[in-house]
Amino acid sequence: MSHSKRSNIFLLDAERTTWHDETLWFVRQKRDKAVYATPEFQELRQLASDIKDHTLSRLDFYLQQFEENARRNGVQVHWAADAHEHNQIVLGLLKRHGATRVVKSKSMLTEECHLNPYLIKHGVDVVDTDLGERIIQLRDEAPSHVVLPAIHLKKEDVGDTFHLHLGTEKGNNDPQQLTETARQHLREKFLVSEVAISGVNFAVAETGSVVVCTNEGNADLGVNLAKVHIACMGMEKLIPRLSDLSVFTRILTRSATGQPITTYTSHFSKPAEGKEMHVVIVDNGRTKQLGRPDFRNSLKCIRCGACMNTCPVYRRSGGHSYDFTIPGPIGAILSPNIDMRKHASLPFASTLCGSCTDVCPVKIDIHTQLYKWRQVLGQEGEIPASKKWSMRLLSRVLSKPAVYGLGGKVARQGLRFLPHGLTHGKGYNPWAIARELPEPPKQSFREWYAQQAVK
Amino acid sequence: MKVALFIPCYVDQFYPQVGIATLQLLEKLGVRADFPKQQTCCGQPMANSGCERDAIPVYHNFVDAFDGYEYVVGPAGSCVYHVRKHFDIIEQTPAVQHVRTNTYELFDFILNVLGINEIPGSFPHKVGLHLSCHGQRGLHQANESEMTPVRDGQLRRLLSSMQGLELTELDRNDECCGFGGTFCVSEAGISARMGQDRVADHVRNGTRVLTGGDMSCLMHLEGIVRRAKLPIKVMHAAEILNGAIL
Repeated sequence: MSHSKRSNIFLLDAERTTWHDETLWFVRQKRDKAVYATPEFQELRQLASDIKDHTLSRLDFYLQQFEENARRNGVQVHWAADAHEHNQIVLGLLKRHGATRVVKSKSMLTEECHLNPYLIKHGVDVVDTDLGERIIQLRDEAPSHVVLPAIHLKKEDVGDTFHLHLGTEKGNNDPQQLTETARQHLREKFLVSEVAISGVNFAVAETGSVVVCTNEGNADLGVNLAKVHIACMGMEKLIPRLSDLSVFTRILTRSATGQPITTYTSHFSKPAEGKEMHVVIVDNGRTKQLGRPDFRNSLKCIRCGACMNTCPVYRRSGGHSYDFTIPGPIGAILSPNIDMRKHASLPFASTLCGSCTDVCPVKIDIHTQLYKWRQVLGQEGEIPASKKWSMRLLSRVLSKPAVYGLGGKVARQGLRFLPHGLTHGKGYNPWAIARELPEPPKQSFREWYAQQAVK
Repeated sequence: MKVALFIPCYVDQFYPQVGIATLQLLEKLGVRADFPKQQTCCGQPMANSGCERDAIPVYHNFVDAFDGYEYVVGPAGSCVYHVRKHFDIIEQTPAVQHVRTNTYELFDFILNVLGINEIPGSFPHKVGLHLSCHGQRGLHQANESEMTPVRDGQLRRLLSSMQGLELTELDRNDECCGFGGTFCVSEAGISARMGQDRVADHVRNGTRVLTGGDMSCLMHLEGIVRRAKLPIKVMHAAEILNGAIL
């Protein structure tokens, strides 16, 4: 199903669309306030972009440096070529420890690899401990945003979910009480879990350590209570030095939620006494994207979600309309790399307004890449045949001034004399669903101009 | 100064009054402009649809039409941006390079080439300015809210210089209207919703005349205003400025 069809479903509930748009716009405004108050923000963006550019240009070197240093710290490093291999590695580690109870803090990579269903299929009780992630896990849904995974849900939806799964009173939508219920419920899970899985926000090559940023402290609780910590990371998460980190921690949450810094920025460098720490480094299409000069820039993404909050299309269509782990503008340039045919409509789910590019804290030229993906999809035959042929015809008309002049005249006459019901047929004229067509004038500009010349 | 008028296809066909206002405004500001009749379109509809290659003959026609002029001036930020940014796929002959660098959006031309910062006229109405994304973020004609809270820009400056004109302060200063070229057809639902939200912001804040530098955004917004029968008049900024100068 195309993005447009899925977004039409979302749009049916006009009130919820308004609420979704306003909620995310509120986050965008919080971001603005935090950014305006940081005069050096544009310099930080440039610096962050430069560091990422440099890292990507020598990714092989930094990956090896990271592995070497991590091993020296006593961390076991694993490499996965794709999602399936990643899942196998994680399951293998669980089996080795005979673990069936796992807590997991937020990780878009494990979502991308569909780790949860894989582990559940193999008899593992895996529990997401980020509150938003837990809510959607109970509902068996995918996250609709990278930072705010349950932003598509209202508190009433959460109340119903908790009533169904956690036994809260029916109709209890009080956020404080619901949070307390989740806290008690998760505490039970934390205490009995043998293994904790976390994502990775940044991996520091120089120290071989990984950095995890959370607002709820759930990664720390999980990791410190469990015997084994498995950190799963995409191979683009590297930064060269520890001193580079501050650049990213300063832009990450300002861009994401407008906070100066995340509540918890935790460094995991080595296993605690008697415990194990593993890092799984995953490719899953990233090398391919690195090899596409027009699109490699997308690998700089630090998953702040700012492009989603600012995107006027995302705000009105919801994250699920993208049907990809990473939704919004950034997802629309990452997804065709994974499956061009399936995600062919996503680069067109944009007006190319460019706000995503301006808001991006690592300066990814998102709207330029959207435009370039459109050309790739056009050349690969992944656009609708009707569009392909109408554009070819349009080009014929517009490259011949005489044909264009005549065609315009005929079309205008048609619009002027045909009845409104015929020119505004909603079945064949999408423009007319919500809009009036322009009133066709008697004369085009060029006709008027020619007449002036005669006078 | 040899200046050519670039009147985009949809302005030519549906909004000749915008072309006329552009020509007359330039004349009032001391510029005589020709209209080379070989011109048709900048090729953006094909290119934004993923059919950039089909647009190549249209690009060549554009360059041929305007070859030999010192400046090409058009009342449409989006089309001008397309010429400047996306004519990079054809051979960069001196003619192509010249046309790309010297195609100007009308108000950019007035401020930065002619050096005119004020318009001597009056327009005593509450005017809502719609910033077109390609003009604002593509051609840097106005400040971006992603960068700064300061609301400034070429068109804002010219309009504010007019007597009696009051600009609407919008809740969302520079959000996209949702037109997006062929986006308005392929994503008709979202496009309409974005346009309706944009218009609602203007209604809420008292706009009586809705204006901007890009007739394409305005065509879409006008379609919504007329469908909803709202008491808002939609005019290209060239019409306002031209009408105000006696």
